[in-house]
Amino acid sequence: MWDLCTDALDTAKLRGASYGDVRVMHLRQRDLTTKNGQVGTLAQSESIGIGIRVLANGAWGFASTDRLTREGVASCAAQAVSIAKASALAKRSDVVLAPEKAYVDSWQSPFRKDPFEIPLETQLAVLLAADAEMRKAKGVTLTETNMQFRKIDSWFASSIGSRIHHRKVISGCGIGATSFQGGEIQKRSYPNSFGGQHALEGYELIESLELVKHAPRVAEEAAALHAAEQCPEKIGTLILAGNQLGLQIHESVGHPIELDRVLGQEANFAGTSFLTLDQLNKLKYASSIVNVVADARLDHGPGLGTFAYDDEGVPAQCTDIIKDGKFRGYLSNRETAHLIGLERSSGTMRTESWNRLPIIRMTNVSLLPGTWDYEDLIADTHDGILMDTNRSWSIDDRRYQFQFSTEIGWEIKGGKKARMLKNPSYSGITTEFWNSCDAICKFDHWKLWGTPNCGKGQPMQVMGTGHGAAPARFRNVRIGTAFSKQ
Amino acid sequence: MKMAASAKKRTAGGKAERAELLPQRELRNIVDVVLRLAKSTDAQETEVHVDEAANALTRFANNGIHQNVFEHSVTVSVRTAVAGRTARASTNRLDEDSLRDAIASSLSLAHSQPKDPRLLPMPGKQRYRTVNRFVEATAKLTPEDRARAVRCACDLAVKKGQVAAGIFASGMTQSAVGNSRGLFASYRQTHSQFSITMQEDPAASWAKADSADVRKVDPQKLAGRASEKAHLAGNAEELQPGRYTVILEPAAVLDLLGFLFYDFAATAMQDMRSCLNERMGKQLFGKNISISDDAFHPLQQGAPFDGEGIPRQKVELVEGGVPKNLVYSRSSAKASGKKSTGHGFALPNEYGEAPMNLVFGGGDSSVEKMVASTERGLLVTRLWYIREVDPYEKVMTGMTRDGLFLVESGRVTGAARNFRFNQSLIEMLNHVEMMSPAVRATGEESFEMVVPAMKVRDFHFSEVTKF
Repeated sequence: MWDLCTDALDTAKLRGASYGDVRVMHLRQRDLTTKNGQVGTLAQSESIGIGIRVLANGAWGFASTDRLTREGVASCAAQAVSIAKASALAKRSDVVLAPEKAYVDSWQSPFRKDPFEIPLETQLAVLLAADAEMRKAKGVTLTETNMQFRKIDSWFASSIGSRIHHRKVISGCGIGATSFQGGEIQKRSYPNSFGGQHALEGYELIESLELVKHAPRVAEEAAALHAAEQCPEKIGTLILAGNQLGLQIHESVGHPIELDRVLGQEANFAGTSFLTLDQLNKLKYASSIVNVVADARLDHGPGLGTFAYDDEGVPAQCTDIIKDGKFRGYLSNRETAHLIGLERSSGTMRTESWNRLPIIRMTNVSLLPGTWDYEDLIADTHDGILMDTNRSWSIDDRRYQFQFSTEIGWEIKGGKKARMLKNPSYSGITTEFWNSCDAICKFDHWKLWGTPNCGKGQPMQVMGTGHGAAPARFRNVRIGTAFSKQ
Repeated sequence: MKMAASAKKRTAGGKAERAELLPQRELRNIVDVVLRLAKSTDAQETEVHVDEAANALTRFANNGIHQNVFEHSVTVSVRTAVAGRTARASTNRLDEDSLRDAIASSLSLAHSQPKDPRLLPMPGKQRYRTVNRFVEATAKLTPEDRARAVRCACDLAVKKGQVAAGIFASGMTQSAVGNSRGLFASYRQTHSQFSITMQEDPAASWAKADSADVRKVDPQKLAGRASEKAHLAGNAEELQPGRYTVILEPAAVLDLLGFLFYDFAATAMQDMRSCLNERMGKQLFGKNISISDDAFHPLQQGAPFDGEGIPRQKVELVEGGVPKNLVYSRSSAKASGKKSTGHGFALPNEYGEAPMNLVFGGGDSSVEKMVASTERGLLVTRLWYIREVDPYEKVMTGMTRDGLFLVESGRVTGAARNFRFNQSLIEMLNHVEMMSPAVRATGEESFEMVVPAMKVRDFHFSEVTKF
């Protein structure tokens, strides 16, 4: 593969590129699903190709191909340079990259059990057993389970001399039960909705989640929700379970700190950000107990945003985003770091595949643990609502105003978990919401959640991101608006 | 290692090279190679998909190009069936060894599962209606052509004191499906798209168009429209949330109503997750609402066959506000005692089918007439981040974006801050007062459809944001 990389860089240089980087990527994926006790999807895929990014005449060009011959790669490199020269016809100014060293390295994500070595029969047996358990519950009308495994090899080379090989193994799974009754559809999922939990781990992740054990509870709760009280509409105290808080972090912290959005590069599609450059080190983003980092290092955990180097050859880093409630940092790449005067990229350029341009993406954007025991947090809450497992999410294109709903809610009365509530939802303005946080549970309750389906960029790229979170409490939150009949 | 096929590129006068799609006979050749190789395995039936794409996209922001990409790929996907079991494996390596590996992977997956009593034999040879959506002018578009158009749009922004961002995309795709029972179908098309956001801080507006024929996409006209609206969008007034009469431009209608598409799948009904459960044949929407699925509509795109190679049919989904028909794959059709309508996804899958070429019936009004007829309301350019809140009442939430205008006494009098909505689509389609003729619309939340602009009463805005 390194020969192909070298050929690509040599051709790009000959054609006039002042900088180039290439990624040969080999992606393998296995998808298994069941529905109502029958196998649904059963598929395996592989894709291999090369993506070549160059600077020529001060502008970017990118081309990709799956023709991994010397002729194919040379043609692709020439295409990238031609495109860059076309870009220069409408460039705003010459691209300048923040400095970075060259690295020669090889890194493999740690895993104990290679999911591609586990017999398919074993994997399907787990899903079918969980599916069968869910179908035992009265009132359940649809049961679904899924597993997904990915193995990604990438060979990165750049014209400054970097040669980096990555191998990543990613696993994920989830189950869900749906109940249609009396003109109402209710659903429960485990361990999270929209595909479950995903992490940079092997099959050991699947085993640790014990899908079959949790299946009966998931199904019973789905059916029980029909008889539950409607979540009230009010201003009140909200406790978010870790899986929902992970998505709250993703939408209201992770996206607005992307420097490409801040600088207007996503204005037509993903949107911009309220975190304009004048807010850095000044904005009181959150209450003083809130600390958020963007941490791609393995030390942070095996998240979907964990790696050794980003797809621009910059080493993984930990960046303070919110420190003691103050806004402290952005997610940057080499180009945007230079544009705002940073010494170095924060290492967040990531690509979905060989045929996509690396763009700024979240790594593991996590809320650091607080000091509360979960039981103490519930006991300390006189009147509130606990919301668990996302059902819908939406936020405006500058990331101010959001609304989330969850699959299930629980009333907290007099320091105790009381009755179940259906159709819970809450909404707010990002900074007001985070400034109302008055309690965060400690590390014992902290988990690095994986969001496998973050879409961004044109052409669209889907990326996995990590979000560490422990349950937390927020005061004076608008609750129940999504189902308001006003 | 023997190659089944190879892609070619050509150089045109020192300008940027562009890929050519494989000759269609090459697609047939790849299918035949896979079917021949599968004969020496224990596969009882084999199906092959070949998909090729050559796509380019020029992206601009801050009045200049900042990303500019091209991709070319060919993917071969093999489904085998053996002893009542089926599975799929895909690869983008076209040599015979890799194709043999894909067949073996598919068989290995198939053997690992229990027998599926619902699995049908693969279909035999079919007859297809011809559609021509491959336009040479689009296929020949170069990076320089796109850059020049972008340059003109950015020059307009600079002249107006605005900032432009957007995309100019073009490309061509082709696909073929064949199986061991003699079925073979192939299709190719071109596509082009221009989208532009003009920002006049703190306001912005947007325009977008999409066509198989790039000559029907006018970047300068779109830039001019977005520029004019961005200027009008300044000084946005904060209005109280509540129920408003809204005039939804086609892109807003598309992105919202597009979320109904899967509800018309027979499998969604069988799974009891469609909002049409217990509502078929009833007066669910206003009598002025009609919806069909029609892959052959002149404003539609896409192959005239489905994931199993079954010819697509036009289906009248809603007539006079009454849901009348669903779309079917072969499997869901058999379960319902119906015939397939040619809307199935490639097997195996758990979702069955969906209408992918929705056409909404329109009216004879226009956005201008709707504005003129409105005493007080809001004109909506586009919607954003739409998600389903209640799947049965079909309550959707989302935001207005890039131009929300206040209409008073029959004219636009100013701009309003963006609202969050929580609105049932079922209720909305009972409140449609006026419609324009349906046009091909393109947005960001749903795939392209043919929809009208709509004037809708009592649209529910629940909260307001800060801009």
